[in-house]
Amino acid sequence: MKTTFAWLKTHLDTEALLSAIADRLVMLGHDVESVEDRARPLEGFVVASVLTCARHPDADRLKVCTVDTGRERVEVVCGAPNARAGMKGVFAPPGRVIPRTGAVLKESVIRGVASRGMLCSAYELGLGEDHEGIIELSQEAPIGASYASLLGLDDPLLDVKVTPNRADCLGVRGLARDLAASGIGRLKPLAGTAVPGCFSSPIRVHIEDLSACPYFLGRTIRGAKNGPSPPWLQKRLEAIGLRPISALVDITNFITFDQGRPLHAFDAARVSGDLVVRFGRVGESLPALDGKEYALDPEMTAIADERQVLSLGGVIGGEASGCSEKTTEVFVEAALFDPIRTASTGRRLNIASEARYRFERGVDPAFVESGLQIATRMILDLCGGEASEIVVAGREPEWRRRYLLRAGRVGSLGGLEVGPEESGRLLEALGFSVERRESGDLAVEPPSWRGDVEGEADLVEEVLRVKGYDEIPPLSLSRGEALPRPSLSPQRRRSELVRRTLAERGLVEIVTFSFIARREAELFGGAKPELRLANPLSADLDQMRPSLLSGLLVAARKNADRGFADNALFELGPAYEDDTPEGQRLVAAGLRSGKSGPRDWQNPPREVDFALVKADALAALSAMGAPVERIEARADPPAWYHPGRAASLLLGPKSLGAFGELHPAILEALDLRQKAAAFEVFLDAVPEPRARPRARPLALSPFQPVERDFAFVLDRDVPAQRLFAAARAVDPKLVAQIRLFDVYEGAGLPEGKKSLAITVRLEPQERTLTDSEIEGFSKRLVAAVEKATGGKLRA
Amino acid sequence: MAEIEFESEEILREIEEAPSPAALEEIRIRALGRRGALTLAMRELRALDAEARPSAGAALNAAREAITAALGAAEARLSRTVLEERLKRERADTTLPVSFAPEGRIHPISQAFDEVVAIFGEMGFRVVEGPHIEEDFYNFTALNIPPEHPARQEHDTFYFEPRADGTRRLLRTHTSPMQVRTMLKEKPPLRIIVPGRTFRCDHDATHSPMFHQVEGLVVDRETHMGHLKGCLIDFCRAYFGLEDLAVRFRPSYFPFTEPSAEVDIGCSRKGGELKIGKGGDWLEILGCGMVHPRVLENCGIDPGLYQGFAFGMGIERVAMLKYGIPDLRAFYDGDWRWLKHHGFLPLDIPSLVRGSLAGP
Repeated sequence: MKTTFAWLKTHLDTEALLSAIADRLVMLGHDVESVEDRARPLEGFVVASVLTCARHPDADRLKVCTVDTGRERVEVVCGAPNARAGMKGVFAPPGRVIPRTGAVLKESVIRGVASRGMLCSAYELGLGEDHEGIIELSQEAPIGASYASLLGLDDPLLDVKVTPNRADCLGVRGLARDLAASGIGRLKPLAGTAVPGCFSSPIRVHIEDLSACPYFLGRTIRGAKNGPSPPWLQKRLEAIGLRPISALVDITNFITFDQGRPLHAFDAARVSGDLVVRFGRVGESLPALDGKEYALDPEMTAIADERQVLSLGGVIGGEASGCSEKTTEVFVEAALFDPIRTASTGRRLNIASEARYRFERGVDPAFVESGLQIATRMILDLCGGEASEIVVAGREPEWRRRYLLRAGRVGSLGGLEVGPEESGRLLEALGFSVERRESGDLAVEPPSWRGDVEGEADLVEEVLRVKGYDEIPPLSLSRGEALPRPSLSPQRRRSELVRRTLAERGLVEIVTFSFIARREAELFGGAKPELRLANPLSADLDQMRPSLLSGLLVAARKNADRGFADNALFELGPAYEDDTPEGQRLVAAGLRSGKSGPRDWQNPPREVDFALVKADALAALSAMGAPVERIEARADPPAWYHPGRAASLLLGPKSLGAFGELHPAILEALDLRQKAAAFEVFLDAVPEPRARPRARPLALSPFQPVERDFAFVLDRDVPAQRLFAAARAVDPKLVAQIRLFDVYEGAGLPEGKKSLAITVRLEPQERTLTDSEIEGFSKRLVAAVEKATGGKLRA
Repeated sequence: MAEIEFESEEILREIEEAPSPAALEEIRIRALGRRGALTLAMRELRALDAEARPSAGAALNAAREAITAALGAAEARLSRTVLEERLKRERADTTLPVSFAPEGRIHPISQAFDEVVAIFGEMGFRVVEGPHIEEDFYNFTALNIPPEHPARQEHDTFYFEPRADGTRRLLRTHTSPMQVRTMLKEKPPLRIIVPGRTFRCDHDATHSPMFHQVEGLVVDRETHMGHLKGCLIDFCRAYFGLEDLAVRFRPSYFPFTEPSAEVDIGCSRKGGELKIGKGGDWLEILGCGMVHPRVLENCGIDPGLYQGFAFGMGIERVAMLKYGIPDLRAFYDGDWRWLKHHGFLPLDIPSLVRGSLAGP
């Protein structure tokens, strides 16, 4: 909602400065998006008279002019063909910035003649496209006067963001009313008196459905003369960005912005018979005032005559009955239209008109006739003619209602003690009717223009708003107890641990969208129809992701394109299995691509492999307190992994995730050229520790621990975890740790075999082990492993 | 035979002058070895008279002790020399660079969440989370947003295809549905914050179709707008680390709160650079208000008995302001360089009592 300061002051009697007005609007809830001093770019540009104008001695096309700037006489060189003695123009002295180019004007010598300023064209001032000649002002323009004020630009423009509930402030008068209530001025009375009709309107109005249009007033004005509206009106409309069209149209636009009361003017000569307000019919269409043609349907409110639809009620007028320069007889409409229907019509036809903007927010139901009277008065004043009696269809809807504002409620809800007397006064200043009760309670009736007020809480807000939210004393929240309790649920605490554990392992956290391309979703477990967006922003973002890996892969590829081929990324976020709350799973997923790190003399990098991401996955699970030693890696990974170099992670029958190299086909589909390994851990699937586990007592053995190495040759496909399980089971009390220190395949071993070398650390608890005890243990271990794996101790 | 010939001076001198451990060993064998001079001399003791034996024996023992001590001293001297020579040879270029900087980073969104939780947690708020795929009821209807409201149209909200029963799921447009879910499930007093993903059909330089919010809700019998102001002023000052940060509340409109307010913090825009703090300018940072009585009613809470406030804040926005991140889209781009620069170290865990909230 835009207005100029002078326009606002036609409704508000105030001495306040613009800045104070702007600040007060903000604190009343009308955020001021900008205050534009439109005169500033033209500061210093003045009206000047050309006293003499002679040919330049050295240039055919240039002239040397003597100019009276009001302050002095100066010579300027000018190339404009229309420059001549006796004319008045716009003079810019040296030092001014030319608005169009941003260049600072300097004194100069043009072909031997000094030029001390410039006579400006509309183009140079950014006011038009005409650069053929300089601006010619009327002879009445006072020499030395500011050109900006001559243009009326010395009236600053306010752009106010009106919240959607405050339809009443979509008119300048509404803003003035709020300001006046807050004490920064006085609301001027509405000027003008009702214009009595002197004939019966030849056009009458019938409403078919009062729910779509409850109230419609109109009157015919005949003998009017349409033409350009007066300069003050044109300037006002231009200031807020509207193009003046003709007096009749400008008047309806002016009242829309001035009073927040949309009106429509039909050229009565182009209306056949009476007007009917009815629903649109299939097949009907309206060539509208914006030059487009709209197809109607039975949900839309049409205003039609005997032959055709003339306008879409509350949305847009039609071309066929629009006013033109030739219009002499006009039918003016002031009506109420259903906000919901108006909004849906506008939305479906994609029409963002000022009328729709106001009707869908709700216009003042008690200001229909006043609006029509103001319009009548303006038309008669500006265009002449005489007005008919008013024709009426429907009736003013009931808008009166009452709410109780209990004594003390402003304090108990708003936190600011305001007595009933003051509350009542503030509400009355806003136009509310207040009945004061002995108890201190107020029975309050909102004014007709405040359809947004729906109860006591709204009344509290009104009082606070006019008092100023600044007045409310802030109170820190008391916790009620000295110490804070945990704010995170155990689940959230665990997932936060996972996040920081993964970052600590060198992975960089990313955040990617929850929706991905359907094609990508299909690569990672499927694109279910119930997870498909009906109105995606683009086809790339139309499917809720079943896995986090596509986002990680895309990020890795983009980083590779930027020259960073080695990636270690993770995301902790949702994957969607179905559209229920339970189908949203919290997943930690990571991706390593290229090399395990940069080339380094201490830690030479290697190609990423399953082992790196297995460690990531187990670190995540371990951070959550999962029983890592019981988690099994089973060689049946999801399809997006490499079938031979990946596995699922299982705890009993429960899948906790997966890890491994990614399938080459997936890498190709997502255009990643580096080798990549990934992991996924389903955080919700990890069982919660029942209670905080009590620390086991620590038994520190005084006896010497012993380490023994063993190497076994196994078939390549025998899983290592079988070997470890067998070795551990030999004497669980004695075996403190088993570490794998070498894996070997190749020369020296038969085809299809591998060698695994382990160190077993024995920690006796009761006495130092004898050589024969150690020997005995070793024999049992070899036997157990050989039996479990079918392998042989390597000689 | 009354005397045994043994001269230790020569041996002691040789020991003194021995140039190497090997030479010393040779002397030791020559003196104390099985055929060493002193060993042989000791054997001769048996041949002596009983009277002469003690004095001769004492002399030999003294000689033995002197030699042994000299050997020990020479050995220590020589090994010191050996160590010194070894150390002269052993060298490393300690200016060689090593890798020590942690590689991993926490995303600024996660860090900002943790900071927000660290502050509201101290005020007794509890974190709850909820589904992103929502129903009309929780996202709109219960929050007093009627079906015809513009926010419910397809140009603002992502919808899924209608189900068999005609209902349509949607992607939550704010974290506010968790107000409803919490109030329906739990009884007041309530003090919760809801961090999480939210979605709107918007994609340009300053809007992302997915973004993050933190919702706050307090419901009890006495919390009023003064508490709302106090709580959010305390938050803003703690979050931005500015004890005197100006915080302004101005009236606004949200369907689910009444009265409603928008919160601005003080800033300066001098020279086109935005700086939080002094400077006479204002910057909008979050929306809030007293929970609308109709919302309480919709959630089965008697608005005659209970009241409270709610607020909602964009996480990216406050993260951008605090950490000086210029571009919203970069948050979701996964650019390693950006993450390295704007990300946080894994052990940098926000806490008010540790004073470990990132500075402004």
